Amino acid sequence: MDQCRSIPFGDRLRIEADQICVDYNGVVALYDASLHLRAGCICGLVGMNGSGKSTLFKALMGFVRPSRGTIQINGLSVPRAQRDQAVAYVPQSEEVDCSFPISVWEVVMMGRYGSMNLLRIPRESDRLAVWHALERVELLDLRHRPIGALSGGQRKRAFLARAIAQRASVLLLDEPFNGVDVRTEKLMAELFLQFRHEGHTILISTHDLSHVREFCDLVVLINKTVLAYGETAEVFTPENLAMTFGGMVPNVLSGGPTSTEDFK
Amino acid sequence: MTELLATATATGLSWLLEPLSHEFMVRALVVSALVGGVCGLLSCYMTLKGWALMGDAVSHAVMPGVVVAYALGLPFSIGAFVFGVGSVALIGFVKQKSRVKEDTVIGLVFTGFFALGLVLVSKTRSNIDLTHILFGNVLGISIADIQQTLLISGIVVAILLVLRRDFMLFCFDPTHARSIGINTGLLHYLLLSVLSLAAVAGLQTVGIILVVAMLITPGATAYLLTDRFDRMTLLAILSSALSSVLGVYISYWTDSSTAGCIVLVQTVLFLLTFLLAPRYGILKVQRSLAP
Ligand SMILES: Nc1ncnc2c1ncn2[C@@H]1O[C@H](COP(=O)(O)OP(=O)(O)OP(=O)(O)O)[C@@H](O)[C@H]1O
Ligand SMILES: [Mg+2]
Repeated sequence: MDQCRSIPFGDRLRIEADQICVDYNGVVALYDASLHLRAGCICGLVGMNGSGKSTLFKALMGFVRPSRGTIQINGLSVPRAQRDQAVAYVPQSEEVDCSFPISVWEVVMMGRYGSMNLLRIPRESDRLAVWHALERVELLDLRHRPIGALSGGQRKRAFLARAIAQRASVLLLDEPFNGVDVRTEKLMAELFLQFRHEGHTILISTHDLSHVREFCDLVVLINKTVLAYGETAEVFTPENLAMTFGGMVPNVLSGGPTSTEDFK
Repeated sequence: MTELLATATATGLSWLLEPLSHEFMVRALVVSALVGGVCGLLSCYMTLKGWALMGDAVSHAVMPGVVVAYALGLPFSIGAFVFGVGSVALIGFVKQKSRVKEDTVIGLVFTGFFALGLVLVSKTRSNIDLTHILFGNVLGISIADIQQTLLISGIVVAILLVLRRDFMLFCFDPTHARSIGINTGLLHYLLLSVLSLAAVAGLQTVGIILVVAMLITPGATAYLLTDRFDRMTLLAILSSALSSVLGVYISYWTDSSTAGCIVLVQTVLFLLTFLLAPRYGILKVQRSLAP
């Protein structure tokens, strides 16, 4: 993965998480999880259901408070990084009220709020950012639609566009490929590669292991803790996957057509 | 024919103008239109956030505050505000520290406060008129009360206008608000404080029992009419102010409860919208057959 090694963006770490422990009312969801990501790379987060992927995202965003460990984004504390618009987050499922009287355009504009003044009056640059974000996810034609009048996959793209419009250097995407069609999947993969090229750091959780091979420079295998972490070529091995999935290894490593159905 | 039209216009005009010869009616109309507009603006956030029950709770919980303030000779709005915010804080605290569900906690706290208010009224030897607190007394509103209402309305409108985008985002997607560094805890309590203030203003015109209608009905009506947030706020303000003015007139001419008339007009407007709204009305007067 030499695109990743020849970093033109300095080797400052974008995400530094050290020995994170998270529990929900005493039930441990994550322990001793560490993760260091530099600028300009895509990191895949892989693990079973309930392995703590979403929990890791929430910890990185400060939505759950780790009982131990430290997190820094762009060398700043999480709240500071958020105020600087250094990090954008798209949750696994948006818990929004889809009958809210608001258009796609306005939703994406919300990505810009953090960079606006107190009254949140959009400037030309904000409108441009929204326009480009919508263009990149191919939703420009639907920008005047109410958000509730989009299909599930389109809505997902709209929320991705909101994160893009934020122009953050770190993107945290929790299962962005869930429920989107093949075409959109391709579109998104290309987008992510472009973002990496522009120096963004992207953390993506996914259940589709073929994605990891396609465009992730780094991979993190987790099951309540980080089992393995490193360059995809080194870490994404049958043994490691067997460890992650408790013996079940999807046949994505043999180089053949990637199908997640035929397990070994 | 023209004669008939002329008499009809004359009757209509006198229906509108005659009450204006009384100073108390002018005051009532101005105050209720203002309060209606303010509550209408806030009602958009209440309905979208799903805070109808919260509105009910806060408006009932201000009762002991009103009584205490009267007894101490303070402006009643101060007492009401303290108890309104206090009830909200208590609801938040109990919910966080126990496993009881939120709507139960809300019901529990506000009835408790309201009961306290009733006991206080019966035990305070003063000239508090319970029915005025419960059902409003906009026809007999004093200059001092008008000044308080003006001040409260000004504060509410200022906060809601300056932070309207933040509150919209807060209602729509608090997670995103947090992720871009907006202090949602602050917004939450600010919106609840604004709610307490609006409840105080509203109880001037329609009283504690019915103020919740002012805080949700206009928003619900506007919500059925549009898919745009800004248009929704405008429609809610308009429908609410209009209902208030119309309600005061009807109450004058029929000599019936002002609070009842105001809220009834609001309800009728809602029902009409519910039936006839272009897209979301149940009769769907137009389209929907097109492919
Ligand atoms: N709010 C919560 N309260 C209590 N336990 C929780 C909560 N959220 C998650 N958990 C538990 O924490 C563990 C990790 O959950 P998490 O959502 O991080 O898994 P995940 O890896 O994202 O799974 P999936 O692939 O299904 O999205 C699970 O065992 C889950 O039951
Ligand atoms: Mg998850």
